[in-house]
Amino acid sequence: MQFGLSEEQILLRDNVNRFLDDNSPLDRVRLYADGGDDADIWAGLAELGVPALLVPEEQGGIGLSPLDAAIVAECLGAHIAPTPFLGTAVMAPTALVASGGDHDELLAGIAAGTQRVGVAFSEAIKRRNDARVEVRGERMFGKSLFAFDAEADSYLVADQHKHLHLISASDPGLKRTHLTTVDKTRRTVELTYNNVEAQCISTDSSVFDATLDIGRVAIAADTLGAAQSMLDQAVEYAKQREQFNRPIGSFQAVKHMCAEMAAQLEPCRSMVWFAGHALAELPDEGRITACHTKAHLAEVAQFVAKTATEVHGGMGFTDLVGLHYWFKRCGANRQWLGAPEFVRQEAAVLQGIVSD
Amino acid sequence: MDLSFGPEYDTFRSEVVTFLANNADKAPQGNDLRGQAAKDWQKLLIENGYTCRTIPKEFGGYGAEPDIIKSRIIAEEFSKVRVNSGLGGQGISMLVPTLLEMGTQEQKEQFIRPTIMGEMVWCQGYSEPGAGSDLAALSTAAVLDGDEWVINGQKIWTSTAHIADWIFCLVRSEPDAPKHKGISFLLFDMKTPGIEVRPLVDMTGHANFNETFFTDVRVPKHQIVGERGQGWQVANAILGHERETLAPANTAQTRINALVDLMKSETADGARLIDNPVYRDRLMKLQSKVMAMRFNELRVLSARLNPGQDPGLSRMITKLEGTELRHDLEGLAIDVMGEIGLAYEDNPYLRGSGSWQREYMFYLGLIIGGGTSQIQKNIISERGLGMPREPKFEKAS
Repeated sequence: MQFGLSEEQILLRDNVNRFLDDNSPLDRVRLYADGGDDADIWAGLAELGVPALLVPEEQGGIGLSPLDAAIVAECLGAHIAPTPFLGTAVMAPTALVASGGDHDELLAGIAAGTQRVGVAFSEAIKRRNDARVEVRGERMFGKSLFAFDAEADSYLVADQHKHLHLISASDPGLKRTHLTTVDKTRRTVELTYNNVEAQCISTDSSVFDATLDIGRVAIAADTLGAAQSMLDQAVEYAKQREQFNRPIGSFQAVKHMCAEMAAQLEPCRSMVWFAGHALAELPDEGRITACHTKAHLAEVAQFVAKTATEVHGGMGFTDLVGLHYWFKRCGANRQWLGAPEFVRQEAAVLQGIVSD
Repeated sequence: MDLSFGPEYDTFRSEVVTFLANNADKAPQGNDLRGQAAKDWQKLLIENGYTCRTIPKEFGGYGAEPDIIKSRIIAEEFSKVRVNSGLGGQGISMLVPTLLEMGTQEQKEQFIRPTIMGEMVWCQGYSEPGAGSDLAALSTAAVLDGDEWVINGQKIWTSTAHIADWIFCLVRSEPDAPKHKGISFLLFDMKTPGIEVRPLVDMTGHANFNETFFTDVRVPKHQIVGERGQGWQVANAILGHERETLAPANTAQTRINALVDLMKSETADGARLIDNPVYRDRLMKLQSKVMAMRFNELRVLSARLNPGQDPGLSRMITKLEGTELRHDLEGLAIDVMGEIGLAYEDNPYLRGSGSWQREYMFYLGLIIGGGTSQIQKNIISERGLGMPREPKFEKAS
């Protein structure tokens, strides 16, 4: 029995962290937030094999597990890195492989880091406003909100029946409009479909479910990384900052805030590991664990994001320190792919505690 | 990541399951430390290796090699069927491991067997009115007079002192030494002249602990564990372990399953409580936390089995998070039942034999006892996160 990361997984984590330390520091993230691109970061991660993680070896990938994807997601969250990882490297390969169709070319492009596949799932999870995806014949109409990412070459779109379709970003019927959100570390778009060519890749709701589950675990892992970084920054600040002739971290009012963050966050790490492991190895527990992990990380991160900012005092509120980028990343992750209340409801339905 | 324990352990688990199926009817109900049924059950469990498993045979135990996985399997299976898992109490859980580690051969021979067989019940004399969270400030004095210690002072929160045969007690034997180095760990008979026990009724309505007064209590010199002035190390040899086991996740899992059942069977205006979306969301939130704590415990277990694996803060946070979680969980059961949740003692509407209210209060006690939540937060922030200690406040003399 061994519950934890293998030597290879620790190596993967250290390599990705080292790359991001050098290539995605806060100043680099600020360039993206001001309208720059993420091309060099993604190209560097592609050299490390990151987009190839979940692509099977037959299609030029590495064929690793959801847990490995979660490990990388945690690194990206810790560095608030702007990348198309969630859609391109996690959800798209999962859907393409699970669909059973021949997607060798696209998978190879993903693995090589040359193809970016975005995801538009919001309308199949909780439809808001007048957004709706309709497919008639092989033509797509309607609108998706908050699809990610903004620079994708193609999109994986889920309609109301949880059928999955691939569309090209260059289709003349597609209008792509940037939707500004508080989270400037990743960009979301509105996709308007006016007679867009749609390639249906799956009408099996279990393919949609598997794609959603791994997306949720990856988001939870991203949240874990971001929240842990906020806690680390708060602890470091509290050790350095002096008031009343002593470090503020020596005051129980401050150190207890840090202890509460640590106490709530520490079990989250085990939860993310287990959730990643369960998706591949424990089919009975995978879905429920993914829901609970997504929801629980959202709740703990909300507490950590607020508390870590408070520990920094007025500096935490400024753009100078930049802590707000992590705060907003946690906030965006909370809403993406299902807000906690809806996800917990799904967990209840999955257990048969209540009917849908 | 490998969550299997292997075939040897699957076999062991099925042995435990079979034992429980054949013998569970012999188990005593409740937590009676003194009844014959409890002693008979204890004997049966020791013979089968389901309690006192690693205590050497020469002292009355089962004599197995330590095996955390087997211990865990036993705990899981007994908890699953909610069967008494053997005698508890501070003699068995705290004194016996202390003696095994720090006691003399004579002390082991004299005390361990009667303690684990339930013939000798112990109480723990640690806390004092002036030494709670700051336990090392204790002032109960022990002065050597010839071949005897003469003890004067007062202890508080002494659980089971009213039924205990003996006490293991921290006393100040070296008044001039620094506070952590002036303490000794003594054992003595509760029938010794000069001991007075006054019950303290707690919020559950029962006297689960006491105030214990010592006036010129004379204790033979050799009834000391470790050396003079070494009592703090002796006590700390197992104190950390006690904290980790106060609120295990498998019990929280059993309780939340019971809460799901309760919410399925209880109704308000004829509708099942589980169908109320507000109550259900609160339930699901707690289910998330129980799940997180179960996986945290897997990490603790794994770090023990695989030396070199970093446990992070997983061990340090279990007392704080585990006890708070249980209090919240029991509290939700009370909330969803409304006025019925208030039922207590002989109320005919009592649910779950009154366990929801009882545990709700009991876990508030555990949030405070065994190192308060605030002390836990000091430990987590100072030892876990490396934050600076509070500056020492020198008493004005």
